[in-house]
Amino acid sequence: MLEKHAVLEKNSILLVIGILIAVSIGGLVEIAPLFYLESTIEKVKGVRPYTPLELAGRNVYIREGCYNCHSQMVRPLRDEVERYGHYSLAAESMYDHPFQWGSKRTGPDLARVGEKYSDDWHREHMIDPRQLVPESVMPGYPFLMDAKVQSSDIADHLVANRRVGVPYSDEMVAAATQDMLAQADPDADGVDELVERYPGAALRNFDGQPGAPTEMDALIAYLQVLGTMVDFSVYDAEANER
Amino acid sequence: MTILLYLVLGLGGVVGLCFAAFAPEPGTSFHGILFVIFCVVFAFWLISREGDTGQPADPHSTVPYNDEIIRWGMVLSIFWGLAGFLVGLVIALQLAFPVLNFDLPWTSFGRLRPLHTSAVIFAFGGNVLICTSFYCVQRTCRARLAGNWAPWFVLWGYQMFIVLAATGYVLGVTQSKEYAEPEWYVDLWLTIVWVVYLLVFLATLWKRKEPHIYVANWFYLAFIVTIALLHVVNNLALPVTPFGGKSYTLFAGVQDALTQWWYGHNAVGFFLTAGFLGIMYYFMPKQAGRPVYSYRLSIVHFWSLIFLYIWAGPHHLHYTALPDWAQTLGMTFSIMLWMPSWGGMINGLMTLSGAWDKLRTDPVLRMMTISVAFYGMSTFEGPLMSIKAVNSLSHYTDWTIGHVHSGALGWVGMVSFGAIYFLAPRMFNRERLYSLKLVSLHFWLSTGGIVLYAAAMWVSGILQGLMWRAYDSLGFLEYSFAETVEAMHPFYIIRAIGGGLFVLGAVVMAYNVYRTARGDLRTEVSYTSAQPANA
Repeated sequence: MLEKHAVLEKNSILLVIGILIAVSIGGLVEIAPLFYLESTIEKVKGVRPYTPLELAGRNVYIREGCYNCHSQMVRPLRDEVERYGHYSLAAESMYDHPFQWGSKRTGPDLARVGEKYSDDWHREHMIDPRQLVPESVMPGYPFLMDAKVQSSDIADHLVANRRVGVPYSDEMVAAATQDMLAQADPDADGVDELVERYPGAALRNFDGQPGAPTEMDALIAYLQVLGTMVDFSVYDAEANER
Repeated sequence: MTILLYLVLGLGGVVGLCFAAFAPEPGTSFHGILFVIFCVVFAFWLISREGDTGQPADPHSTVPYNDEIIRWGMVLSIFWGLAGFLVGLVIALQLAFPVLNFDLPWTSFGRLRPLHTSAVIFAFGGNVLICTSFYCVQRTCRARLAGNWAPWFVLWGYQMFIVLAATGYVLGVTQSKEYAEPEWYVDLWLTIVWVVYLLVFLATLWKRKEPHIYVANWFYLAFIVTIALLHVVNNLALPVTPFGGKSYTLFAGVQDALTQWWYGHNAVGFFLTAGFLGIMYYFMPKQAGRPVYSYRLSIVHFWSLIFLYIWAGPHHLHYTALPDWAQTLGMTFSIMLWMPSWGGMINGLMTLSGAWDKLRTDPVLRMMTISVAFYGMSTFEGPLMSIKAVNSLSHYTDWTIGHVHSGALGWVGMVSFGAIYFLAPRMFNRERLYSLKLVSLHFWLSTGGIVLYAAAMWVSGILQGLMWRAYDSLGFLEYSFAETVEAMHPFYIIRAIGGGLFVLGAVVMAYNVYRTARGDLRTEVSYTSAQPANA
């Protein structure tokens, strides 16, 4: 049989075709079913698209490379569930373009960090991590306090997300800029509609500074929603076994 | 064809101007300006060459090889290698001494870590692969590199990709997919460059004077074809605005995760393994002066390696929200992958049969040999870590970092250094390298550095994994997360020292190649004629 191999060795196109066949099979068998097997993503209630401010915060998280040191994926192991909370579900990241599961825990997992610490704690920790956690090796991000978050083009971001499958409604897109400013200003007009559009959204001045929302506001808004969307007291794990 | 290239450059300049004018992020407009400069400089460079597309290094060569491009590729490999290793040392020190992040956006670990990984994998590794594949395919086909300017477009276009990617990370332009961080427009540019690379490689094969395509070229071909496939699928994304940097990936959550690690693991499998196996299959037999150990083993090695590797991605997602069936499948194939990996190692090592004595007298061959030994070690450790029970301990810890570096520094780095030492005297048309003693010094600096690095990461990784899951006698978790971070400190310092030695070794190599290029020969006692000292 090995003698027949000479055919491939003498014809570069056949060799390329052979390579393509050999390297396609594994990917097709493993990845393609994830798109049509219904059991891949659990049936849960509560997972909603990010608010415009949370989405902007998520983009800061990506830009600063937080994923290099923080995972967002609690594994179903005893110590992890006790340390971080309920193990992560696929449904919890179904609107994450791209996913932020991470691969390294130089710092702790953040999948369930939402509402575990106060906004003030996050702000001070981001400005100077070692002031609150002396052993920390995290860089400081004081510059986020001064950077105003860009609100004018956030509707474009919602539209792009909608095109790749996140269910943002026309109403959400139309109100995107307004929602973004309102979430960091609890006294603003339109906060009730914001909460109607995005159930459970936190309305707070996250960075504690007056004026237009900063990237610190956005990042804290994002961190505070992580892992809080699903109500696990009513989650039926057995129904979603796969 | 030259007209076509000018057309591409002109079009590129216009697109670059649009990005410079309309991009909402300063980083992306800066990229637009860079791109315009690239197109203009390339056009002027083309004119200044007056049709000279590259000469052979040896003026008496019977085949008009394009060796000038190899020479450039080699110099660029050394340059990017030094840069990438140095950034690695910086971020290693940042983890030991976080004050070195300086609390500025452009110098924080989160932005510099992708800079390091891309610089060593794509800038250093990529240039080594382009340069050695262009050398190997010309020699084994006994034909000049196909295309006049096309290979130069590949080389310079690839450098542009590197500069766009690297400056992007520092300025905060990233899509956060590990080892595929560049945004959509940089991905598109790389796709164009890569397709031309494939065409140049194939067209050179078509010109061959030998009936058979040599085994090293199978590996190079599999590397080029598969990387194209992985790159395109993993980077499918929708830009927010036509001339803006930001995009959202087509896939989300679990599907995106598996696509990413299908890509990520096969960036290892095809970029860092198949491509560099091409180097092993050409340069090791040449340096040893022996034929490849087994032709049959080469065939089995090649097909089983490329078929099995592509399945291994899910082992990066053990115990995650990825369905169990996919995890189990990934683990099974990862363990099977041990066999072709060791088959390749045996084929490489046994090529030395009949020439083992040269390990004492030829430091370049010693470098290639230890690279294959490191390859064998890493490809044993990999399947071990892909076992779910082991992975539950090792995942998210420094063990993974140590594993990657024993492969990257030990295998990829050392085999590349071997190839560079092989090429340097030939491409500068010199009698021999400036100094073999310096090669030996480089060998020991690198080996010592890797040992320190890997050992420190094994201890810190396993220590931290065990601390995370430790319970006290009352059934509570024994350590807070911060306590486990504190325990890492001494190992981070040892790792930085190891990395420092590796950087130092690369500096020695750069010096040696520079002196070789100048035509200097260091007077030293040859390894072959040295007599044992009388006791």
